[in-house]
Amino acid sequence: MNAVVSDEVKKRSAGNYVFGPQMYYLLKCTMCGAGNFVVGLGVLFAIWWATVYVITQNPEYAHYANFGLIPAFEAMPDLWVRGTIPDALMNSMYRLGMGLMYAIAIGVPVGIVIGRIVWAKKLTNVPFQFIRMISPLSWEPIAVVAFATWNDAIIFLVTIAAVWPIVYATAAGLEKVDPNWFKVARNLGANPWHILKTIIMPAIAFDVLTGIRLALGVAWIVIVPAEFLGVTSGFGYAIQDAREGMTYDNLMAMILVIGAVGYILDSICVMLIKKFSWVKESKE
Amino acid sequence: MSIRGTEIKIEGLTHRYNAKSPLTFNKIDLVSPPGEVLAIIGRSGCGKSTLLHILAGVLKPTEGKALLNGESVESPSPRWVMMFQAPHLFPWMTVRENVGVGLTFARWSKNEIKKRVDEAIELVELKPHVDSNVQDLSGGQQQRVALARSLVMEPELLLLDEPFSALDAFTRASLQKDVRAIAKRLGFNIVFVTHDIDEAIIMADRAVIMAGSPGNIVHKLDVDLPDPRERQDPSVQELRSRLMTTFEQAAYSKEEAPAAASGQ
Repeated sequence: MNAVVSDEVKKRSAGNYVFGPQMYYLLKCTMCGAGNFVVGLGVLFAIWWATVYVITQNPEYAHYANFGLIPAFEAMPDLWVRGTIPDALMNSMYRLGMGLMYAIAIGVPVGIVIGRIVWAKKLTNVPFQFIRMISPLSWEPIAVVAFATWNDAIIFLVTIAAVWPIVYATAAGLEKVDPNWFKVARNLGANPWHILKTIIMPAIAFDVLTGIRLALGVAWIVIVPAEFLGVTSGFGYAIQDAREGMTYDNLMAMILVIGAVGYILDSICVMLIKKFSWVKESKE
Repeated sequence: MSIRGTEIKIEGLTHRYNAKSPLTFNKIDLVSPPGEVLAIIGRSGCGKSTLLHILAGVLKPTEGKALLNGESVESPSPRWVMMFQAPHLFPWMTVRENVGVGLTFARWSKNEIKKRVDEAIELVELKPHVDSNVQDLSGGQQQRVALARSLVMEPELLLLDEPFSALDAFTRASLQKDVRAIAKRLGFNIVFVTHDIDEAIIMADRAVIMAGSPGNIVHKLDVDLPDPRERQDPSVQELRSRLMTTFEQAAYSKEEAPAAASGQ
């Protein structure tokens, strides 16, 4: 980022700005980002609105009007005041958080082992690929039997969905680590713990966070269908409840919230990835 | 900084990479007094770098031993630190963090690390860049950081494996003089491997020539010149051509010997 800013500063060093060239650049970036955000979202909403509008022109499908953009936005304040959205948000986030935490706790060490030890990678390749290819939701009947509560079963499903991107991103990150860093560290008296803490973890932080970002996406997708059954809380339940009550405006409002929360979570991951990335951006 | 030199004693050192591979070198004996800067020169494949890696404790000899002040080198230690061809800095760290990383491993207190790191950074003339990310530095500056990272450990012996070969000529010349000056000021030993005869003369107190397969030390030459040494000085030029002739004679005689023997 610094490199990019300084390049921009150099290019415009002759100019005079009220806020200074760096502030000018940051404002420009923010405006540009906000512009893309508004236009992109505007296009999406326009397509949504137009689709429902065209469909409901046919009197036979007029009752689908509640799937529209405006009814969804209109339903939102009421859902919030009644506590439906906060309650779903709290429960789904709790399950997502717990599932991700277990996935990270399992995925990072396993990724380090298979990224560092060649025979471990070869040995685990077949079983891991086999399990990875099974849809996380197909574990649901087994999870229900294996765990005492539905809540735990859903957390298990989130964990099994999220663990693989973390395992493989960590392993790929470790394979890219310059072996000379280990040589230098040992030469300076590092023990295995120092190497893990001072070399491996910072070196692979970018890859691990990228894996967590992918895992978060998968987990967020999995959690909604996982909550369709058994539990009486969370976004999945709220959608199911709205469908059964035929309150389609509520259903679409919940879908909007799911998309917005997913976007916010992904943005947080992107910010963390930028913060922990040590690779300097190109000066172009 | 309080650095002492060490007496290096190599006794009957023999190495092969595995039971099936040929000998890298055979029964090398060498003594280097405390504070000496020793250059090892020779063609590729004669075992120079392997010898250096054994001195660093990174490789184990097949036979014989390397002793530093009478202590056998068995594993890497902050007392004998190796610097490589490339600086291999940790790119997520600043200059200060890179230099202090070895002291962190040794669990020094933060205040003491800061004091020693500041001294080392001053020694390599990188004070203005102390809080820069190492990716923002030039190749020469990065190699200076690697040097400071080694010096901060106050090693008795600094091992350099063609440390300046990747740098441009001006940076290389400046670093060669600086490293020798620092070693002489602080009194630690340097053993360095190079292909560059000029580098050996500018930096070393003594040059040993390795040749043959398996390699061995075929010649030792004192580089008895006053400091600072300049490439264009007639004394440097004269010693350069002497070392070059000796190097060629030693290398060819060693290579021809087995051929002549097989022809008989």
